[in-house]
Amino acid sequence: MHIAVLMKSVPDLVEDIALDEHEGQILFDEMSYVPSEWDDQALEEALVIKEESGAEVTAVSIETQDSDNLLFTALAKGSDNAVKLVGDFDLSLTNRQRAQIFADYLHKQPFDLILSGVQAIDDVDGQIPGLVAGIMGWPHASVVTEVRVKDQGIILRQEYAGGLVAEIESSTPVVVGIQAARKPPRYASIAKVRQVAKSRQIEEVEVPLSNVPALTVRRFYKPVASAHAEMVDGDVEDVAARIAEILQERNLLRR
Amino acid sequence: MGPILIVMENGASGFVDSSKELITKGREIAKNLEISSIAVGFGQDAESQLKNLPVDRVIAITNPELSQYHPLAYEKTLSEIVKKEEPYLTLVANTTMGMDLGAGVASSVSLPLIAYCNQVAIAGQEVVATSSVFAGKLMAEIVVPKSGAVLTVMPGAWSATEDSGSPQVDVLSVDIPPSMRILRTIEPEKSDVDITKADILISVGRGIEGPENLTLAEELAEAIGGVVSCSRPVVDAGWLPKSRQVGKSGQTVKPKLYMAFGISGAPEHQQGMKDADLIIAVNTDENASIMDIAHFGTTVDMLELMPALTERLRGE
Amino acid sequence: MQKAKPIELDVAVVDGVELKGSWNRMFEPRAISEYDLSILDEITAIPGAESLGYCYQCGKCTGVCPVDTVGDYSPRKIFRRTQLGISLMDSPDLWLCTTCRNCLRVCPKEVNMIDIMPAVRERAVLEGNAPEELLQAFENTARYGNPIGEPGRKRAEWTKSAGVSVPIMSQKKSPVDVLWFVECYPSYHPRGKQASTALARVFDSLHVDFGILGNEEKCSGDSQRMAGEHGLFEMLAEHNIKMLSKYSFNQIVVTDPHAYNAFLHEYPKYGGEYVVQHYTQYLSQRLPDMSFTHDIPYRVTFHDPCYLGRHNGEYDAPRQLLKALPGVDLVEMGHCRETSYCCGGGGGGMWLDSFTRDYASERLSERRVKEAVEYGADILAVSCPYEVPRFEDAVKSTGNAGKLAVMDITELLAYAMGLVDSLVMAN
Repeated sequence: MHIAVLMKSVPDLVEDIALDEHEGQILFDEMSYVPSEWDDQALEEALVIKEESGAEVTAVSIETQDSDNLLFTALAKGSDNAVKLVGDFDLSLTNRQRAQIFADYLHKQPFDLILSGVQAIDDVDGQIPGLVAGIMGWPHASVVTEVRVKDQGIILRQEYAGGLVAEIESSTPVVVGIQAARKPPRYASIAKVRQVAKSRQIEEVEVPLSNVPALTVRRFYKPVASAHAEMVDGDVEDVAARIAEILQERNLLRR
Repeated sequence: MGPILIVMENGASGFVDSSKELITKGREIAKNLEISSIAVGFGQDAESQLKNLPVDRVIAITNPELSQYHPLAYEKTLSEIVKKEEPYLTLVANTTMGMDLGAGVASSVSLPLIAYCNQVAIAGQEVVATSSVFAGKLMAEIVVPKSGAVLTVMPGAWSATEDSGSPQVDVLSVDIPPSMRILRTIEPEKSDVDITKADILISVGRGIEGPENLTLAEELAEAIGGVVSCSRPVVDAGWLPKSRQVGKSGQTVKPKLYMAFGISGAPEHQQGMKDADLIIAVNTDENASIMDIAHFGTTVDMLELMPALTERLRGE
Repeated sequence: MQKAKPIELDVAVVDGVELKGSWNRMFEPRAISEYDLSILDEITAIPGAESLGYCYQCGKCTGVCPVDTVGDYSPRKIFRRTQLGISLMDSPDLWLCTTCRNCLRVCPKEVNMIDIMPAVRERAVLEGNAPEELLQAFENTARYGNPIGEPGRKRAEWTKSAGVSVPIMSQKKSPVDVLWFVECYPSYHPRGKQASTALARVFDSLHVDFGILGNEEKCSGDSQRMAGEHGLFEMLAEHNIKMLSKYSFNQIVVTDPHAYNAFLHEYPKYGGEYVVQHYTQYLSQRLPDMSFTHDIPYRVTFHDPCYLGRHNGEYDAPRQLLKALPGVDLVEMGHCRETSYCCGGGGGGMWLDSFTRDYASERLSERRVKEAVEYGADILAVSCPYEVPRFEDAVKSTGNAGKLAVMDITELLAYAMGLVDSLVMAN
């Protein structure tokens, strides 16, 4: 089983989003980026599959600011290969463009299983797994919490509202959007990432940027909250007292 | 301009609420734009369920196996329908099914997709969709291109009405591709408590830090007469069972009091609890999304506040 | 493996004297070779951890180990358990040591936990085998330059409300006398920021020509190093040294004893050689220039930080400052100077509070606070940024709220010099 994990970085929401409020456009170059948390889950699931039943794992990312660190971290965690797709790309790539770039690369590769995060915080024009699958004409399923290899295919668990789960058997090749891996993503120590960065190579593959259906976002804006919570200030005891009072007023305290 | 196409999702009995919401809104948009409306449904009851919907036309895919969602068969069928009908808008709710079909269909028929929509407005000849992105921190206002688009719509974005109509009914059955097969469905574990029935929920998120701190939440729940629930990361970490999860992939709850401890309030979580009568949020970030829907908020340390509150409530 | 022969005979005859079993055992060597020492060998094979094998079980460390007073722990016990085949790599023992250095002070064999702990922990971290909350602190530090997970871009935000000018080197564009290395908790933690404000005002009133790195500063990384993330430490050291190389200054003054330790002993290995002082050392030299206008009519006791005292031998500078404060009645606790207790925050303990709770009857900080109260102190003075939040929590959890205030020495100085309006008393 040869698994590709499609990964990307997204703006770090710990920092403020850089927004030109006048133009309503995001200032992509002014933000810091972190690996998309769902992609981390996808990588973890791939590594769990590898440990469980043997597989070759290739982490794939598109060259933007932080992709080297992302890929070296994947190697440090146990990924067998790392591929960086290079071309005339910048941080403002849409997800649709990313999906096309991934698909252009994947077409020529013998992967059986493609995993990626079920969503990302910036995928307003669609989620990577579904878009990639649609472009390649491969079957796919998203919101998946478990993938196991069985014979030539896989068995996956897809989750629905209310916690209902379907167990689905699929032949390969197939694309899966991972909601959560079976285990929390592992930690790669910085020493290991640095060692990997010195000793391992990231394979670079050039991919052209094709035209894809585009959305015109007229403007991004910060939502005007219909109401913001009334803040209760003070130290812990003050706050506890005030909350008890609120509950009392609303008859929520049992006597 | 092509019609508006609405994809219906089957629930335990009949279509799910999020699909019914699309019918109401879709019909309104169709009327305004003077285009026709089509609803698509799957399964052996598809025809009987679709035939009274207030739309112009319905397409019932009546294979009995498709009563249950099948990612590949649904997507192939829907792609074919979209290619044939050339709808201006294709609406599907942003559920698991919607996340599969939205992106899959849009890219296989080369249409743009607008995900996480929670508003669609008509301004003159323009249709403007608004989506919530960056974990609810930004809204994106998108003009739907004339060539059409697929929209995945957040459940609860609109309310459903129970109107009925008498559409033209097309019935067909499709080939189910053999490369994907549903083996079984697994009901969520029934646990000791049903969080959907609790009046008071003490809900914990990432901020709980570790399973050892759950005792603090349990003690508070006991003191106040409530039940402990949680957000997705707590279940993913294995600290609480799935049955306690509130949100899109968990339970939808409507308690009298919802206390959110260390929950930032991603749209997926809000979807499951925003209708609680009273929401009190404890989060170190005063600007966390949860504060936008909470009635009261505080930024003190939740791990200190929980025992302090417990003590106070016990003392009363 | 050869089994040792029984050493206690029913009856033995030694030099013609017949000895009963209870006596004759002392005349044969007591072999310990029946132990399978492969686990111990595995640990002592790790570079840095060799000295664990030197332990001869005298137990001196157990008497002084702060963790043993709240749990079942000490270097002697760690050796013994490892000897018995319990791997330190999988044991909670690995994460309980605060690297306070009290054991090394008394150990006749120089079993050095200050080297053993980071070496073995590094191995565990490499294997992904460390408590979740600690890994979170590592990840935060790697990502944001601080273990708390606050945005790196907001590191200098506290200066805006300091009330005096706090020059940032990248904007100042001229050499300074003192480069103040502020560190993480003093930049982000609410109580840390109060102490930073106080120190900034003291510097200002003494006309110190100083500057800070601002957002170019990252955590010094010393505690992450002791907690087993040496690679992260290296990355941080390289970064800080690179930033410091951009500017001219005569010396560094640090707020944090952990940073002091890093600058003194570790950064030179990466080419970062500086004249460095802890702020108490710098200010004690400037005492003649200070004028005090406000009395502090309280009984004050001082907690020696492990990394200023035992690790680096500075006990007097903080005391000189406290003695100079008008009105202060300085009392020493039983555990002071070389025998000082530990707040529990060192060696990664700062990020292991949930983990350690399962293995300790109470927190080290709670022990220490109780001791301060026993000695009748009104104020527990500290000089390490880990300590204000730790001890303030402990004051509350031990039911001493209102009885004992925890204050950084800079806060006391700033008040006595009339630079802040009131003593920030906890509760």
